[in-house]
Amino acid sequence: MAKFRGAIVVDTDRCKGCGVCITACPLGVIELAKEVNSKGYNYSFMANPEKCIGCASCAVTCPDGVIKVYKKAL
Amino acid sequence: MSEITLQDIIQPENLVYEKSKLLTDKRFHYCPGCGHGTVHRIIAEVIEELGIDEETIGIAPVGCAVMAYDYFDVDFQEAAHGRAPALATGIKRVWPNKVVFTYQGDGDLAAIGTAETIHACNRGENITMIFVNNGIYGMTGGQMAPTTLEGMKTATTPYGRKPQWEDGTPNNGFPLQITKLVAQLPGTRFVTRQAVYDAAKVRNCKKAIKKAFQNQMENKNGVNFVEIVSNCNSNWKMSAVDANKWLQENMLPVYPLGDIKDNFELINK
Repeated sequence: MAKFRGAIVVDTDRCKGCGVCITACPLGVIELAKEVNSKGYNYSFMANPEKCIGCASCAVTCPDGVIKVYKKAL
Repeated sequence: MSEITLQDIIQPENLVYEKSKLLTDKRFHYCPGCGHGTVHRIIAEVIEELGIDEETIGIAPVGCAVMAYDYFDVDFQEAAHGRAPALATGIKRVWPNKVVFTYQGDGDLAAIGTAETIHACNRGENITMIFVNNGIYGMTGGQMAPTTLEGMKTATTPYGRKPQWEDGTPNNGFPLQITKLVAQLPGTRFVTRQAVYDAAKVRNCKKAIKKAFQNQMENKNGVNFVEIVSNCNSNWKMSAVDANKWLQENMLPVYPLGDIKDNFELINK
């Protein structure tokens, strides 16, 4: 069992849907949404929230800094 | 244990990462997946961590990052094309206590600004230079830059960059290794090459940029030069993820990562 649970909050309106966070995530938590934001980009979202450990790999690679990461020890 | 909900995790006390406060709320105009955004973010984080936001003066280039002054909440000055090191020299000499950094792309630093770059490095100005190299002129539509790889297709080399014709007569020239070149000059203290395509590389790059700023804060003489090998997915005509993969396969053999010079001593590799 993971010792940490994490969560990300994506600023969906600023996300440009480049997909860099998806390859950066070691656990396959993130996917691109089918819906688009006001700029027409498919924003990223937490598709598998139970897998997230809050490593922040997605946030440090995000070119637009739209991801906030939360981490809680169990 | 398993009853923990997302609402329990998403609480202010559990926050471990967010965008630096030194970046304004303005949206980056960069293409999706562009390395410029990542580099902006880590520079802002370094300035915030070192607590030098009141003392820092940045020099914005001409190129894709021309509007960098809109994104950082620190003092900024816009330079004429390629002249950022000259402007940084002037500002640093007038205000020796300020932390001055230039932010330039390969078209700015390695093409039109080669003279300024070489002479600022040769004089050993106490400045930090951030050089984002994506091997192409991004802003003007993907023309060949001096740093373009051999065989790379651009708008002005549609059949790929060919340094020489078969009989040896010159054609497009070879990729310019400007970072290796400035490392040879006696005025550079710290020269390194980094990348931002994955999380580990971003963290290494942040350490290098931090060191480049710290050297300047400690009044250690010499230029601190950080090259960042980055992508240009729009002009390479790829998705952001493919561009990062292409970068690893093609850019890194020509521009290998790592420190090239530290404390005025070349690191042999």
